[in-house]
Order: sequence, then structure tokens, then C-alpha cells
Amino acid sequence: MSTKVVERKPLTAWERSYVPSILGGLGVTWKHFKRTAPFLGNKPITMEYPEQKWVVPEGYRGAPYLVKDQDGATKCVSCQLCEFVCPPKAIRITPPGAEGQPADRANAEKMPLEFEINMLRCIFCGLCQEVCPEEAIFLQKDYSLTGVSREEMVYDKEKLLKLGGTHAGVQKWKHKLEEAAEQETFPVETAAATEATK
Amino acid sequence: MDFLQNLDPTVQFILFSVVKIGVVFGVTMSFVAYSVLVERKVSAWIQDRVGPNRTAPPMAQFVPILGPFLTRLGIFQPMADGLKFLLKEDFTPSYVRKVYFWIAPAIAVIPAFLTLAVIPFGSTLGNPGNKMVIADLDVGILYTFGIVSLGVYGIVLAGYAANSKYPFLGGIRSSAQMISYEIAMGMSVVSVFLLVGDLNLSKVIEYQAHGGWLVFKQPLAFFIFLVAAFAETNRLPFDLPESESELVGGYHTEYSSMKFALFFLGEYANMIASSAMMVTLFFGGWTLPFIGDPASGLLGGLLHIGIFVAKMCAFMVLFIWVRWMFPRFRYDQLMDLGWRRFIPLALANILVTALVVAFVNR
Repeated sequence: MSTKVVERKPLTAWERSYVPSILGGLGVTWKHFKRTAPFLGNKPITMEYPEQKWVVPEGYRGAPYLVKDQDGATKCVSCQLCEFVCPPKAIRITPPGAEGQPADRANAEKMPLEFEINMLRCIFCGLCQEVCPEEAIFLQKDYSLTGVSREEMVYDKEKLLKLGGTHAGVQKWKHKLEEAAEQETFPVETAAATEATK
Repeated sequence: MDFLQNLDPTVQFILFSVVKIGVVFGVTMSFVAYSVLVERKVSAWIQDRVGPNRTAPPMAQFVPILGPFLTRLGIFQPMADGLKFLLKEDFTPSYVRKVYFWIAPAIAVIPAFLTLAVIPFGSTLGNPGNKMVIADLDVGILYTFGIVSLGVYGIVLAGYAANSKYPFLGGIRSSAQMISYEIAMGMSVVSVFLLVGDLNLSKVIEYQAHGGWLVFKQPLAFFIFLVAAFAETNRLPFDLPESESELVGGYHTEYSSMKFALFFLGEYANMIASSAMMVTLFFGGWTLPFIGDPASGLLGGLLHIGIFVAKMCAFMVLFIWVRWMFPRFRYDQLMDLGWRRFIPLALANILVTALVVAFVNR
């Protein structure tokens, strides 16, 4: 194994006089000053926040909102998986109950009577999005949530749906309905029929 | 202006002195306020930031172009800062030694302003009998050193009065630092006065007007004076009494509101005073190489004052620039630099200057 001996030279008198470091320091600070100061470079690296905003990257975990499908129907079916998985218990769902309002789309069993997310509790972990079997809740790009009271920071269903917008995905229940309708007309290729063609 | 000339000389003297004191005090105070702004802006630019750029009175937005521009430069920030200091709660902790706690800020700020009294900031405003200096003392520089050395009491007392460990450490450090560097500072100036042959600061400027700036004749003395000025004003790289990162603000940790502001004011006023001293002693005061004679009219007088202020501002910028460049010295390095480098250097400088004066300039 080869070794390399690192020389540790004592500082020369010139170096000990602080002069080279002082000149170096002046150089560095002047370079930055020249780049940043107005009328010279005018390029501070500061992004002036309320006026300029950064581009939120794809996959960013911002505030969770409820989404609608491309037909404008509520995707949530009130299964409450997100409520149970939510680590800080920020989500509270009120199911419609046995005689409650039916879902606003065909074939889906139900939709929540009320859906509240307490944004003060939410930790933006994304478990609700991950657990949702209906792709009804997504962490979106909002990172600056403000309010003047605690009550205001509890977002209800209406607000969540409005903020969430539309998410075009697989319309599971509509698709199943179409499949069921096609059961009657589609020529099903049975094993016997396959034999016959041979 | 005739009635002024016809006044009794004593009344005239008092009148002029009061006016000069008022103007110098007012100008210095606004300089202090705005040097804080410059400090913040320059530090921001050196660190690639923007600095104060939001504060503005409500009227500012109605002025087109100029309003937003000044706001962006932070011109209104010092007013907001001053108001904030005035309106904040003035809290006196229960464990402090009250008398000293109250006296210390005043002692810290007064010497800084007293020093300005002997600085000749201009020639005349037309009247040859009325020099642009508040007190044309024949012992000028001795007075300055006497007053400057009082400044340390404010800091030491603040450290002692606060009755808690960090301010106490700050106070101890400052007393050691300021006393050691005062020696080097005083010695560096001796060689200047060997050349000039007079302690009166107006005479120093007169000498430089005809004999060239002293910075070229005494570069070593200037260098020692400059470094000692940094130490005396507690500026980085010698801000050991304050050292935010280790002493939580040092001697003024326990202070709030206007009392804290007084320390702040004292520090910047000290910077202004030492800049003015350096300009007077080494950079020809209100003269330029081609402007040396006392002004004969109002306009010329104002020009001389302008030259002086411009030179002073250059030094203020240097103070500020250096602050954002160096890390803090260690305590033993500071003492080493003061006692083992600068004092011998200054002594050698005096010796050489004395020999030159004795044998060459005879």
C-alpha cells in the first residue's frame, strides 16, 4: 500500500501578515457586490416571494384536495380509508348513512355527506392519496395556505372539490356499467365455439 | 448678513458655535441612521441578497417612478427603524444594577459626539474669523484621545451593570481590547505630529494643504491607526465585545428599546468620528491636492465641507465593506496583534520619523 506524505508547510511571513487573505477577501466580496448591486450587475439570487413564485415540480406534495371526474361527478365514495390512514387525524368524513343522499353518478354506491380536512393538522404525507381506491384525493400544488382563524383552516367538502378541480382518470364505475351493458350484446367466444371454428 | 458682523464678538461666537453644534449634531445623527441603511444594503449585496426594499410611507406609492425606486433602495427604512426603537418596550430586568444600567448607554454615546467637536470639517464660509470647526483647540488630538478613552467606560459599565455572564464577558473583552489598541493608536499619531509640529488639527490640515497628504509620508502610521480604529469602534474583525455568535450580543444583551439604540448610535457615531479623524490626520481634511486655501465665499466653503464629507463617506464604506469580509479574530490573536506587532511597529515608526526630522528636515 502506497502512502502519500502531505507536507505541512509553516506559513510564510507574507502569509502571516494577513495581507494575502485580506486581498483575497476583498476580491471575493467585490465580485459578489458587483454581481448583485443595482447599476452594476443587478442580479441578486433572492426570489421576491409574493411577486415571484417558484415553479412547483411535478409530484410535489402540497395540500390534499378532492377531485371530480371528467363528467363533473364526485369521485369519493366515502369509504373512509383516508380517514383511518391519516396519521395526524386531519380528515373527518361524515358518511351519508343508510337513507342518505345517493352518489351523483351512476353505479357508484355513495358519496360523503361531509368531508373535512383540517389543514392545520395535515402533514402533507400523501398517505390519503396512496390509500384511496377511487383516485379521489390528490396532494396538489398549493403550499401557501393561510387563514385568520382555526375554523377557516378546516376545509369542507365544497371547498375541497372546488380547489381540487377535475382529474381525468379511469372512470371505474362508469366503465363497469358499460361492461355490464355489453354483457347482453357482445358475442362471447366460448370454448365450444372455438372448437367449432377449428 | 451685516447685522451679524456688527454683533458683539462674544455674542457672535456663541451664536456661531450654537449653530455649528446644531448642524454637526443633526448631520451626524442622520449620517448614523443612513449608515445603518448602507450597512444593511451593502451586506445584502455582498451576500447576493436584496436588502431592505419594502418599507415606505403610504404616500410613496403615489409618486411615479421615484417612489418605487426609493422604496426599493430602502430610503425610508431608517425612519421605520428609529420609530421602532422609540416605541418598543424599554425593559429593565430585575437583576441589573439599576444606576449603572441607566448611565451606561449615555456614557457610551456621549464621547463619540464629543470627539467631533475638534474636527475641522471645512475651512470657512466666507468670514475668515469663523472657522468651520466647533472648538479650534490647540491640544486637539490630546482632547480626542482623552475623550475616546472614556468611551470604553460605557461598554464596561454596561457589561457590569447587566449582572449576567455574557454581557460581563463582553465588557471584560472590550476593556482589554480598547485599552491595548488605544496605545497603538496614540503612538501611531505621535509620528504625524512630529512632522507637523503642532497638535491643533487645523494646523495639521494646513500642513497637508502645502506639504502633501500625510498618508504618503506616514503610510505605516496610517495603517496602524486604521486597524486600531477598527478595534476602537468594535467593528469586525475586532468585534469581540459584541460577538453575536458567542456572547449573544455581548455587552448590550440585556438592553432593549432606546437604551439599546443608544449603544447602536454610539457605535456608528464612533465610526463617523474615527473616519473624520483619519480624513483629518492622513487625507488632508477638506483639502484636495489643488484646493488648499481657505474659502473666500459661501460656495467655496460648502465645497470644502462637501470634500470632507465625501472622504469621510469613503471611509465609512470601507468600515462596512470590511465587516462583511473577515471572520472575527480570536481573543489571544487580537492581543498578540495589538501588543506584539503594532506597538513595536509604532515605536519604530516614531524613532525613524524622529531621526528623519532631526537630521533631514533641519
